[in-house]
Amino acid sequence: MIMLKELVGNTIDVNEEGFMTDFTQWNTQIGEALATENEISMTPKHWEVITYIQTEYKNNVPLSIRKIGKSGVVDIKEFYTLFPNAPLKTATKIAGIPKPVSCI
Amino acid sequence: MFKVIYTDNQYHLHRSQTALHLYCVICNSISKESKSNTNPKTSKTITMKHKKNILILGAGTAGTIMANQLVKEVDPHTWNITIADATNTHYYQPGFLFLPFGIYDEEDVKKPIRSFLPDEVKFIQDKASEIKSEEQQVLFESGKTIHYDVLIIATGSTIDSSEIEGMNGPEWRKSIFDFYTFEGAKALREKLATWEGGKLVVHITEMPIKCPVAPLEFSFLADDYFGKKGMRDKVDITYVTPLSGAFTKPRATQKLEYLLKEKNINIVSDFAIESVDNENKSIKDYSGKEVPFDLLVTVPTNKGSQVIEQSGLGDELNFVPTDKGTLQSKVSANIFVLGDATNIPTSKAGSVTHFQAEILFENVLRFIRKEELLPEFDGHANCFIETGKGKALLIDFNYDHEPVEGTFPIAGIGPLRLLKESRMNHWGKLAFRWVYWNMLLKARPIPFVKARMSLAGKNF
Ligand SMILES: Cc1cc2nc3c(=O)[nH]c(=O)nc-3n(C[C@H](O)[C@H](O)[C@H](O)COP(=O)(O)OP(=O)(O)OC[C@H]3O[C@@H](n4cnc5c(N)ncnc54)[C@H](O)[C@@H]3O)c2cc1C
Repeated sequence: MIMLKELVGNTIDVNEEGFMTDFTQWNTQIGEALATENEISMTPKHWEVITYIQTEYKNNVPLSIRKIGKSGVVDIKEFYTLFPNAPLKTATKIAGIPKPVSCI
Repeated sequence: MFKVIYTDNQYHLHRSQTALHLYCVICNSISKESKSNTNPKTSKTITMKHKKNILILGAGTAGTIMANQLVKEVDPHTWNITIADATNTHYYQPGFLFLPFGIYDEEDVKKPIRSFLPDEVKFIQDKASEIKSEEQQVLFESGKTIHYDVLIIATGSTIDSSEIEGMNGPEWRKSIFDFYTFEGAKALREKLATWEGGKLVVHITEMPIKCPVAPLEFSFLADDYFGKKGMRDKVDITYVTPLSGAFTKPRATQKLEYLLKEKNINIVSDFAIESVDNENKSIKDYSGKEVPFDLLVTVPTNKGSQVIEQSGLGDELNFVPTDKGTLQSKVSANIFVLGDATNIPTSKAGSVTHFQAEILFENVLRFIRKEELLPEFDGHANCFIETGKGKALLIDFNYDHEPVEGTFPIAGIGPLRLLKESRMNHWGKLAFRWVYWNMLLKARPIPFVKARMSLAGKNF
């Protein structure tokens, strides 16, 4: 189910878990607002991770925590410090891309 | 027809008039066999009819099904089919779930590989050490080199407990066990038989793992097992997962979490393990969470075969990048991938392998005939989930549709129930072993069950 959501003056499409369903609607302002909703205050390091995630997504590379740990951008420990609890979920949500399929 | 010239360990093929059959594709055996016809040192040529080679790496579920399917359709005058495996034993891995509880015996889960392969297929027991995709060759540990025209990678996935600090430390196989290997499942059986109770932690290290519902099933069966032994009150069962819930798809998660609760099994989710503390017997995650155990039953990181890594063909877990519709590898047009070895976003399971095999078989034939491949694989997976006490659930899903309730395989009739516990489903799960050995591996069609998922009989 896709719902419309108002955020910092933009309308975005999100699914029931709050993940954006149309990446073309994303911009940094929206990213910032989504971060605030998830209790993250963005720093340049956070943005570095988000940019990496978005680039991989655009290249159709499946994402995983292990992949990010090997990205050279952050190691897994830092990734958890930046986005506590469920870092991949939170980071992909902020990045405006679908929740990674953790392959079932 | 071709003429073979032997020069400095290399073979060059030339057209010639006379025919002589060359059945063997292994360079080593060519050199042995050709000795009777030629003296290699003098570069004397022999003439023979050259056949093309389909090489299948791995004779597990995927490789065996493919060999049985291809042999029925591929012209034996033009093609050789060779299959190689590091071992000569075929394990029925779904049986590893039952082994620790004494429901199955060792004999129920292992049989010789050769007995499932057609006679026309050449079986080699050897471990592949490198795939050279440019040269179209596979190197083996024994020193053999096999040339291929079409390669099917079916090397599956295995566990690697060395990925997590402390996992295979001093407590490995003392209070830390796996059930994803034959040895692990057997060792765990011995442990469970004498264990006096305490904190049992059933744990998934990271996704993807093969048969992703197996750890849940293990928890349910453990509840039943200790119940029957009259010691359930002495065992505290906790299910620890890196996922956000019992499963990834919402409706099945809801159902399974309800069952966990009903059976008094705790769940800890979003747990990304960092290390195992052998001394204090606990697992720790990156965010600082800690779960203590007396007995840890873990599913270590699942990875593709080492040969994939050594050949530089895999992703960070040694799974081969594969087109999710056609099952052609992204490495090279004449390399295909089947079963657990792929990186496609669906379950790694025997049933999935079976569905993939139908699509891949068609695409290999198309490739041979130089026709366009069909992106037909829809991610179809079908898994029984053993829930203990003689009951099971059944789930059926694909890339686009999550598991829901309904009837299977005949819409409106069943006899199996989707996403609902029933005794019939449990019998279905046990019957799967017979189906596996007698129908699935031999690529015999399973009545009513189609490669592409059916939407009929499902309550979306
Ligand atoms: C505990 C457990 C429970 C399961 N339960 C179910 C279930 O209920 N239903 C279901 O559908 N599936 C289940 N599965 C999953 C199922 O067993 C696998 O998905 C299936 O076996 C995959 O087939 P495969 O051919 O890709 O890999 P495998 O069957 O593992 O075969 C791979 C083969 O490749 C060989 N190999 C690897 N590397 C090399 C090399 N370098 N050279 C030569 N040979 C090599 C190996 O020796 C092996 O024989 C379960 C698995 C486990 C572990």
